[in-house]
Amino acid sequence: MVMTRVLVPGSGHGPLLILDEPLSLWGGVDVTTGQIIEKGHPQHGEVVGGRILALPHGRGSSSSSSVLAELLRLGIGPSGIVLGAPDSILVIGALVAGALYGAICPVVVTDAILDPMGIWEIEGDRLQPVAVLEKPAENADTWES
Amino acid sequence: MDLTADDRAALTGDHGEAARFCMELMVAVGRADDAPRLIDIESAHIDGCLYHGRAGLDFAERLVAGGGEVAVATTLNVSSLDLLHPDLYRGDLETATLARRLMEAYLELGCRSTWTCAPYQLEDRPRFGAQIAWGESNAIVFANSVLGARTNRYGDFMDICCAITGRAPLTGLHTDHGRFGTMMVEIRLPDRLLDLDLTYALVGHIIGRMAGVGVPVIAGLDRRADEDRLKALGAAAASSGSVAMFHAVGVTPEAPTLDTATGGAEIGPSLVLDGAALASARHELSSETGTLGGVSVGTPHMSISELAILAALTAGRRAVVPFFANTGRDTLALADSLGLTRTLEEFGVTVVTDTCTYITPIIGRIEGDLMTNSAKLAYYAPANLGVTVCLASLADCVESAVAGRPVTSESPGW
Repeated sequence: MVMTRVLVPGSGHGPLLILDEPLSLWGGVDVTTGQIIEKGHPQHGEVVGGRILALPHGRGSSSSSSVLAELLRLGIGPSGIVLGAPDSILVIGALVAGALYGAICPVVVTDAILDPMGIWEIEGDRLQPVAVLEKPAENADTWES
Repeated sequence: MDLTADDRAALTGDHGEAARFCMELMVAVGRADDAPRLIDIESAHIDGCLYHGRAGLDFAERLVAGGGEVAVATTLNVSSLDLLHPDLYRGDLETATLARRLMEAYLELGCRSTWTCAPYQLEDRPRFGAQIAWGESNAIVFANSVLGARTNRYGDFMDICCAITGRAPLTGLHTDHGRFGTMMVEIRLPDRLLDLDLTYALVGHIIGRMAGVGVPVIAGLDRRADEDRLKALGAAAASSGSVAMFHAVGVTPEAPTLDTATGGAEIGPSLVLDGAALASARHELSSETGTLGGVSVGTPHMSISELAILAALTAGRRAVVPFFANTGRDTLALADSLGLTRTLEEFGVTVVTDTCTYITPIIGRIEGDLMTNSAKLAYYAPANLGVTVCLASLADCVESAVAGRPVTSESPGW
């Protein structure tokens, strides 16, 4: 179990998707499918929907908050976000989706190294694996903040 | 977090429902950022007026329905539509209708119809030291680095929350401590490259990749790094990374010396940038195929001095491929009065205002690469527009448009 700092409270679970590089949700994720489209991104082609999305920090566009809220409105957003450093652009996107649509997407910060295997859960300030997948997820690299 | 009586009154709805909602969100963001309190801001710049789907519209219309009104002077970023040249839009009608509604909602909240991503090119821009709340990544990095105004990286929604409440959480780049440099970048480039506009975009791209969430300090630039070049540098660094502020020693206002920029702290080893690094950055940003389909310049929006340079390069000549130049409507009015617009149009330039060619369907289908001098466009256009990109200097963009094939005589590494 990993203790985190909670930026947006809530609970959520899903297969972990670890991004080896930061990502701008705007311009980097297709807002109609949730697929990562940034040219050259190591996780290009992966889908963020239903995943616990772990990334070192956000980057790029300040429109990423709109894109996160829109993904959550459409039900194709991440189940939760784990950051290596706080990012208020993602925080406000998750908060607005919660306020407008009741969509829950907890955002937490940790500098722990996460094991990419399995289903993970964010519950309050705890981040923990709840099931182990038989096959490793496609991006089986570890990411260190 | 320590709230004033007025902040608490806003939270309980004394200033209206929209202000209550905005203050509630601001307090939540402020707590996430460990802000001790909120501060007054002098102005705001709103990025949320660009349409990305219903969520942005639902939010803005909720603020309108709640009687929202901005408390400080507030400018608007680009939208999805060019209201001055509406025929340029090639997207679907439904998106256009919703995008238009979003623009109208922000006007109803009391924002100014500036529709530019370069609000620092408007006549009344923030003074040195002003506390402001800006959205739009390139505008944020310019305001902090070049103007010496103080803003964090505000995302859509938070920008208008700040504008309506007139407040912002006191953290990060709003504080003296948060503005000190945290990493060192040493530029070792020959004069030939320091005289080239493209160099600054490439330097920005590399710094964005390396800087993480830090504040880079750049040594080795001089007065040739004018506002237009610092704009290109910052826009690139805020696309490939999350740079919200940089210092250029001897150039930017908070870095008269290295010590001032770092607050006297020792900061780690230097990243050294030479010509080879620039050539490799250009390679990374280009996906060129060898044929030229069109040219797009002005991401971020061109300044009046850039339009004057473009007019001088194009005067009496003729482009044989589509050529787009993005600028703000205020800058275009100035260009009209100086007679520059006519020169550009005679060359074959399509002037785009209020929006930008990399975010909305304007360019259409082209056969061959899209050439640009913008690292920001080069970064986003392949995913946004599905085009291949050739990055080149402004002069090469013009030469290429005349020749009908890519000319890259000025690129670093040649």
